[in-house]
Amino acid sequence: MEKKEPLFRITKRGAIPWWASLGIRLIGLLIALILCAFIIFGITKLNPLKVYAAMWDGALGTNRRMWVTIRDTMMMLCIGLGLAPAFKMKFWNIGAEGQVLVGGIAAAACMLYLPKTMPNWLALVIMFCASALAGAIWGFFPGFCKAMINTNETLFTLMMNYIAIRLTAYFVAKWENPYGSNTVGIINSQSRFGWFPKVFDQQYGLNVILVLVLTIFIYVYLKYTKHGFEIAVVGDSENTARYCAMDVKKVIIRTMMLSGAICGIAGFLAVAGAGHTISTDTAGGRGFTTIIVAWMSKFNSFIMAAVSAFLVFLEKGAMQIASQYQLSDYISNVVKGIILIFLLGSEFFVNFTVKIRGSRKSEVTK
Amino acid sequence: MKKFLSLFLVLAVLMMAFAAVSADDFKVGVILVHDENSGYDQAHIEGVLGAAERLGLSADQIIFKYNIPESEECTDSAVDLAEQGCQLIISDSYGHQAYMMEAAREYPDVHFIAATGDTAWKEGLDNVSNMFPHTFESRFVSGVVAGMKLKELMDAGTVTDPHIGYVGAYPYAEVVSGYTGFFLGIRSIVPEAYMDVQYTNSWYDPNAEAAAAEALIARGCVIIGQHADSTGAPSAIQAAQDKGTTVYSVGYNIDMRAVAPTAALTSAQNCWVELYTPMIEMAMKGEDMPTDYSVGYAHDGVQISELGESCAEGTAEAVEAAIAAIKDGSLQVFDTSTFTMGGEPVTSWFALDTDGDWVPDSEEAISDGYFHESEVISAPYFSIRIDGITELTNE
Repeated sequence: MEKKEPLFRITKRGAIPWWASLGIRLIGLLIALILCAFIIFGITKLNPLKVYAAMWDGALGTNRRMWVTIRDTMMMLCIGLGLAPAFKMKFWNIGAEGQVLVGGIAAAACMLYLPKTMPNWLALVIMFCASALAGAIWGFFPGFCKAMINTNETLFTLMMNYIAIRLTAYFVAKWENPYGSNTVGIINSQSRFGWFPKVFDQQYGLNVILVLVLTIFIYVYLKYTKHGFEIAVVGDSENTARYCAMDVKKVIIRTMMLSGAICGIAGFLAVAGAGHTISTDTAGGRGFTTIIVAWMSKFNSFIMAAVSAFLVFLEKGAMQIASQYQLSDYISNVVKGIILIFLLGSEFFVNFTVKIRGSRKSEVTK
Repeated sequence: MKKFLSLFLVLAVLMMAFAAVSADDFKVGVILVHDENSGYDQAHIEGVLGAAERLGLSADQIIFKYNIPESEECTDSAVDLAEQGCQLIISDSYGHQAYMMEAAREYPDVHFIAATGDTAWKEGLDNVSNMFPHTFESRFVSGVVAGMKLKELMDAGTVTDPHIGYVGAYPYAEVVSGYTGFFLGIRSIVPEAYMDVQYTNSWYDPNAEAAAAEALIARGCVIIGQHADSTGAPSAIQAAQDKGTTVYSVGYNIDMRAVAPTAALTSAQNCWVELYTPMIEMAMKGEDMPTDYSVGYAHDGVQISELGESCAEGTAEAVEAAIAAIKDGSLQVFDTSTFTMGGEPVTSWFALDTDGDWVPDSEEAISDGYFHESEVISAPYFSIRIDGITELTNE
């Protein structure tokens, strides 16, 4: 009986060297840029190279733009660092948005209620702890229920987001300034109490230091500590973990609290280090965007920094082309979307190889 | 003689060139909360571009930033515009205001206008302004349109209960001032009318606005006004009318006839171009900018959209008379003899809150028999809950 070989065959590839996987991704990026160039020219009749130059200009063109890009990168990276431990444990924490918000509420509450006579550094330390604690509590509930009664963590963490959003709306209404405006306004705009001080004469210097310390911490924690090993084992097989006499429940709850705490710290960054206010948009959907970051970088802290920077770069670039060429946001989002799809698509080619019929001697026996 | 003439011509050309250079250098930055797809932002875009055209500025002297949220991104954008060389930076949303002030502190040589804002007077900065048209006047006139329709329906016996509805965004002065103006316009035609206000707690939420309109229709409202930015309410009202309910819509910002061809009577509109033109001109000339700028019908700062096909007979004449009376000052929208609070006439009300407790405590707003709206500061501060209007509380 004759068996026909399909035109394309997809086979899983073994490990490929890092330069090859990087090359595949770069080719993906290049193809995306070429495709976008045609779309940009087709729709807007603008020179695509100029449009790309404008994107670069928008993200890095001036000192100030560069620092804004860095600030937003740090914010995204911080959330990504929060997601990494949970994701590595195969605990799908979709609740970063909510964990960021409760962290933000805690920071804002400190800015409003701590005695203003306190030194600013002490206030910042208290705010840091309060935000981390709030995030940890938000992470505890889904972690606890997963560990004890095996609830679905994806739904649980997702639902916790909506509770956090409503809670934020409540506090916004409570603290609103001016009355009835439904915004909190900039907190302590005169005294700058609870604001990040300038470090090295940079408004966002502290954001960078804080997140870089966290990056190294998470990298070491996941790679070289006993906790990190336990997370990896629980993630791969709970039975193996149990067989090794690991306390799986403890690992799940502990990791989820850590995950929530770091996302809570991201809320602290958003409130004390960037916006100086709280609103339901404080997390701004970054809790969801960051899932892509954590996933694309395979939970490696340093790659995560690069991916975050790239996503923020795309976002700022998209804003600039919208402003410079009077294009609606849609076209810049199309560009952003195409680049992302191609990058995610290159993951496929990193992991699989496509064989075309006849490219090798047929192994099918007649 | 020839030499003289050519010298004169050369000089004239040179002078024109000089004048043109200084105008060429002038750049305006505009921060928008959404883009041209939102009626509110479109009105601002048209206002700025219209003013630029009148003042001879070319399109590339105006830099727009679209979809800027009410967050630190607004400060970032304002600073970025200042770095791009804009001498005047405008934001269009109320929530941008605090972030504009941050940028204003950083760039004292650049002028910042937070349109619809209300805190410029107390910031202690001389490079910030607020501006707001006399929307309460166009609200009143749109109320006259609604009143004429209500009277027609009652005269015909179709309606016996003069129940009005209003979809409001948030319970604060801008909205209160607007719905009171609208209500007093109706009452100038049908004195026994009364009104319910349903809040949506959002400036733009088509579903919530539609739901609020449906709730008001269910309560028996026959004309529904709105202070929220979407077409949600007029669409819902048109749907109800198509099912046979007697109900009409008075919109805001955009002409609602596209979504509610037979239900829409008119919309109250702001003519931002009339505010942007003088403000941009003052900034171009380097003149001192007023901290607050507000104009109404007298300077064409507000208007109502073309009357819908369902409007009652004689509406155009009534509208014309009301506008003429507002222009010559013989009609004051907030004439204290036309409303009461708790059954008593209101004789004193403050415009500003100076100590931060949200209770106005400074600047008497009532004198000469009327409430002086948008005169102390440009943003509305009429926050009296007058008799005849009920604010429905949610849940």
